[in-house]
Amino acid sequence: QLYDLMTMAFKYQVLLCPRPRDILLVTFNHLDAIKDFIYESPGILNQVDETFRQLIETYNCLSDGEFQLIRQTLLIFFQDMHIRVSIFLKDKVQNSNGRFALPTSGPVPWGTEVPGLIRIFNHKGVEVKRTEFTTAGNYVTPQREGSFELYGDRVLKLGTNMYSVSRPVETHMAGSSKNLASRAKENTVPNPLAKEELNFLARLLGGLDIQKPAGGETGFRLNLFTTDEEEEHAAQTRPEDLSYKVINIEATQEPGRRAELSRILGELEVAEARPDSAGKGEDLLALMDGL
Amino acid sequence: PRCPGRRAEAPRPRSRLGLARGPGPPRGRGPPRPVPGTAIQRHTGWHPAPGTPYRRERVLALRSSSSALYNNLTVLCPPARPPRAFGAVHGTTLSLLGPEGPPRQLPARGGGSALSTPLLTQAAWCELPARVLLVLTSQRGVQMYEADGSTLVFWHALDVPEHPAAHSVFARGISAAGERFICVGTSSGAVLVFDIPPKGTNVTLSEVLEQHRDPVTDIAAEQGQAPEGAGDLVTADDCGTLCLWSTGEEFTLLGKIPGSGCTCSSVTLWNGIVAAGYGNGQIRLWEAGTGQLRAQVSAHARWIYALDLAPLTGKLLSGAEDSFVHIWKLSRDPDTDDVEIQHCHAECVTDTQVCGARFCDPAGDTFAVTGYDLSEILCY
Repeated sequence: QLYDLMTMAFKYQVLLCPRPRDILLVTFNHLDAIKDFIYESPGILNQVDETFRQLIETYNCLSDGEFQLIRQTLLIFFQDMHIRVSIFLKDKVQNSNGRFALPTSGPVPWGTEVPGLIRIFNHKGVEVKRTEFTTAGNYVTPQREGSFELYGDRVLKLGTNMYSVSRPVETHMAGSSKNLASRAKENTVPNPLAKEELNFLARLLGGLDIQKPAGGETGFRLNLFTTDEEEEHAAQTRPEDLSYKVINIEATQEPGRRAELSRILGELEVAEARPDSAGKGEDLLALMDGL
Repeated sequence: PRCPGRRAEAPRPRSRLGLARGPGPPRGRGPPRPVPGTAIQRHTGWHPAPGTPYRRERVLALRSSSSALYNNLTVLCPPARPPRAFGAVHGTTLSLLGPEGPPRQLPARGGGSALSTPLLTQAAWCELPARVLLVLTSQRGVQMYEADGSTLVFWHALDVPEHPAAHSVFARGISAAGERFICVGTSSGAVLVFDIPPKGTNVTLSEVLEQHRDPVTDIAAEQGQAPEGAGDLVTADDCGTLCLWSTGEEFTLLGKIPGSGCTCSSVTLWNGIVAAGYGNGQIRLWEAGTGQLRAQVSAHARWIYALDLAPLTGKLLSGAEDSFVHIWKLSRDPDTDDVEIQHCHAECVTDTQVCGARFCDPAGDTFAVTGYDLSEILCY
């Protein structure tokens, strides 16, 4: 389903590019967004910038005709794919038959004139007449061209975050079982519980420093029983002789830790017992923190 | 009705849509009597009054959808019979829709393995006086079939380099020329001229014309009467450069209109007027003899993919990625010799990027359209 979502979004972006060269601007929008995610890691940022520079070096010099050939070849890959994506349907970007809506209004591509003018020249090349024709389209001149430099305003919205606009909650639609669920967040305010879950995951992976608030409440704990009372009761009534031993295994690559791991493996013996701690909730978190 | 721009004597159009009527053995049938009720009544000179709108007549189902390629619709209009045959490229195959029988598909040839089946770039019926051939161009070469697609008559392989080059290699741009040649363009800019025998498979490569520096996009032969010195063939490329040729045993370059970097994706030639469609949505009319720009139309809001011309009336059809199909009327002021172009009609093919558009009769009373991802041919 994720592949289908990505494919249809990619198809949408390629199909709706005003100029074939705008495929490159869409790519730059993607890279700009990636740089936003990793701006705090200079190492990765440099690598993305290097990719950027190589794209500029390879593709900025291609002609419009070559870009159109690239686009036509990509469109062959996407041909006959009409999977309906719920966010596209909601935004009326896609019809219920799975085909994308192609607007006949808005700014014309950079380098194209608004349709309507006919100019006639005589055999000396002097303009002798101007006439106009009208059609159903409603086009306007574009304001400026997007930037193809490492930094700049791309102007084009294709390739920017599809989910960054808040929209009303989706109501039940007939046939919605065929649609892909858009599982990502639908508004810019992060869900506080989700944030905690992500922080927890980060701690598990060892990527985030433990920041326990003073009160000891971490905002997330695991219940093995249905209610807190049952948890407490179980803890109190646990038989003494069922004491458990816990082994801390540090799986990171730090040399100090690895030495410890080797020692443990070598001995095949239980390491030191865990120290007692106050509440069972903190027990469990501390257990996972130690991983 | 008086049609400005037509010659005083009865025209002998060497139109793509009909056999050239010149001196030759009488066929024993005499001039066909006009059948009332049919759209094609060329011989009485009857045409609908100017301004009569077109309407969608029917929709024909293709076996597969059309690819986004320039000039991706070819129509075969036999002179006597109204039913027509259509063809549109889908990736590696050509979708054929004939007057009889089920829709068929012709594959591209020359793939080394199943994984590397080459993509087709274009297909076109080429009508010569002696025979009609169906020509397919691909990333590997040129395939020529009998008109019904049943027999492969000739295969020409392009020089594809061992190691993939930075630029892709393909053939693109097809036209009958000079009554016995078929010209095919290539991605290197070279135009291959094939000498076609009246029957049989003994097709030979007669000449290679090397004037274009960029991949050829389209080729068109004169469909009316060429004025003196105007040439009877035009070739176009990705940079917008147009070359005018006179055909024959040896083709001669008569003139070159340099491009400005904007792709000319489709071109037609009629009575010495080159009509060219460009990637920036413009249609330009050039004087073939002098290379002078005579008209410039801001016709479409997106890349033009197809142009076609109806030689009996000078109607011009343009289709583009902006979903629009426009009908124009070309003419020449007999006093000033100025070229005129008027807008006649517009059709919007909703939510479709048009990639193929052709007239289905030499007067331009009917036309057919297809678009990217569309498994249909719309007939108006």
